[in-house]
Amino acid sequence: MNIGFKDKLTGLPKPVRILLWILLALFAYALPLLELPIISTPGVDFGGVLFTVTIYCLVALGLNIVVGYAGLLDLGYVGFYAIGAYTVGILTSFHANWPLLLAIPVAVVAAMISGVILGAPTLRVRGDYLAIVTLGFGEIIRLTAVNLEWLGDARGIKNIAKPPNIGDEKTGLFEIPHLLWGDGTVLIDTEHPTKFLVFGYIDQVPYYWMGLTAVIIVLIADILIKSSRVGRAWEATREDEDAAELMGVPTFKFKLLAFSTGAFVGGLAGALYASRQGFINPLSFLLLYSILFLAAVVVGGQGNRWGVLLGAILVAYLPQRFREFDDFRVLAFGAALVLLATLRPEGLLPPKRTVRAKQLEQELEELEQGTDEGEEAARV
Amino acid sequence: MNFEFFFNNLPELTITGLAFGAIYALIALGYTMVYGVLQLINFAHSEVFMYGTFATLWTVIALNAADANGVKLIAILIVALFASMALSALIALALERVAYRRLIERDAPRLIALISAIGASFVLAELMGLRDRIAGWFGLDDDLSEYVGKARINNSMAGTLEKPRFDVGGVSISSIDIIVIVAAIGMMVLLDQFVRRSRLGKGIRATAQDPETASLMGVNPTRTIQVTFLIGGLMAGVAAFLYMLKIDTTKYDVGFLLGVKAFTAAVLGGIGNLRGALLGGLVLGVAENWGQALFGGEWRDVIAFVLLVLILLVRPTGLLGESLGKARA
Repeated sequence: MNIGFKDKLTGLPKPVRILLWILLALFAYALPLLELPIISTPGVDFGGVLFTVTIYCLVALGLNIVVGYAGLLDLGYVGFYAIGAYTVGILTSFHANWPLLLAIPVAVVAAMISGVILGAPTLRVRGDYLAIVTLGFGEIIRLTAVNLEWLGDARGIKNIAKPPNIGDEKTGLFEIPHLLWGDGTVLIDTEHPTKFLVFGYIDQVPYYWMGLTAVIIVLIADILIKSSRVGRAWEATREDEDAAELMGVPTFKFKLLAFSTGAFVGGLAGALYASRQGFINPLSFLLLYSILFLAAVVVGGQGNRWGVLLGAILVAYLPQRFREFDDFRVLAFGAALVLLATLRPEGLLPPKRTVRAKQLEQELEELEQGTDEGEEAARV
Repeated sequence: MNFEFFFNNLPELTITGLAFGAIYALIALGYTMVYGVLQLINFAHSEVFMYGTFATLWTVIALNAADANGVKLIAILIVALFASMALSALIALALERVAYRRLIERDAPRLIALISAIGASFVLAELMGLRDRIAGWFGLDDDLSEYVGKARINNSMAGTLEKPRFDVGGVSISSIDIIVIVAAIGMMVLLDQFVRRSRLGKGIRATAQDPETASLMGVNPTRTIQVTFLIGGLMAGVAAFLYMLKIDTTKYDVGFLLGVKAFTAAVLGGIGNLRGALLGGLVLGVAENWGQALFGGEWRDVIAFVLLVLILLVRPTGLLGESLGKARA
């Protein structure tokens, strides 16, 4: 199914492939301007929904490094997300007045360091224990934020800095019109244009562009890391830790690296989220979100970057699209998780390696059965 | 740091902590049994408990316990206990059937089973939280308003029970706390003996040790797994009943935090280890209550997790280690 598609894609000449990717990226950037009839969310600002989708995509890519590549079950990922968001909140509004572009690197590094601090003692314990320890870590972060006045306690932090505008605040560098879909006609809506890179309160599209840019950068980094020595060491550790160790892979070091890399991306997502909201409080970092993030990764197909992106898009977008069933959203989501798990245990888009392993197993089984039949035939 | 209050009230704090711990321990059994047999974190077990609390509440409302006293009240409470155990066990069995069985049969990756359990947990909690709407579809919401009303907020049975306190050497003890502790520990001892001595218990231990060999020796793995879920459900039902005696109040999402705490207790004692679950639960309950007195109530939940992380750093397999399979009869 998707294998054939992939072969076709890699079969194309390189310039054509690059052109395709660029077209896809352009389409992604233009998505909120097109206001496509079925995809757009009625009653909710579509740009805002798309921004949420990009945040989930970032988180899913980061968590995929931890869960999918290195095989470490992390149920407290929202902790890193919170550290990123709170660092930005503290530095740009609560205790200092830094510009956002200075605060984001600090936030990301803070998340990364906390990843190392959490990982160094706990990565020695086995998988399921790691799950509960990380879960505890996420909760400790949230409850500390609730209880410490220095972190704004339950009331949270207001007036977090926005990204810097490019061009004039009133008009931007230039204005981009949206499309308006009537019955069978398409008009250009010049009434509510998006001003190029003015980060205001009403138009969410510039934030989406910011999020999408971050996703693309992380995605490229992900592709490079995955195909490097580091990526292979992670996969070896996931498949068989003892064997990897015997082959000279310092597994502990690589697990820690995966953990802190994942924390880095989680912190970045949290920082961008805080800047868009302008306001955070501990309720944005419930354990439920850790679970939603994990669901996005596993449903999409852990270990496959396109799979987890798909999972993130589904988990973030579907509830917004079907807001009319508002009360039943969580119920439907839960039912969908059970169904997906029972019908597609490898996720929607399993990684190639898993598919290959399954095929090999089947072939081996056929061979074994085949030899039995052969022996019987020989006896007769 | 409130040392004076802490030392003046140490006995009371300990008793209350033990009562909470006993409830944690009973819920933790469900996590520990399933983990011991299947190596899965049964995330939806918290919802099994939650349904038990509602079974208790509804029984108390239906049988009008508020006006009863003496023998009649005790009879009603016993009915409530059985209702709670029955509903919890039913939910646990349904959970195994819907969310787990196909995955176990197909040897799916363990993370997927966790996701499936999380999904089931959402579904169960939301069904309870939307019960007024669901009753509305059948036009029953007015007739059943006592049971389905206030679906999204706290439902309370406060005032049904008098909770006498008595003094022992200057220490004021709530009779409910004593009932909770004794009942919970009694149930634990019974279960421990059951797993050690009965045929079914032997089957459970054998499956935990080596499922393949156990099934070759005539243990039916599917039935063993069912029994495991059933026992976990029954214990969660007892826990739910005792919880309602002590707290009086429940809500559709009450299971979440309690479930996390109970799982923490299970890990603390050594997951897969029945006696560990008891020890972990009691240690956690007491530590929480002491910590609450020392640092203030808002740090209560932080204490549980910090304690967990600290203990796991020193003893990576919990206080008593893992051993559902290794328990010698």
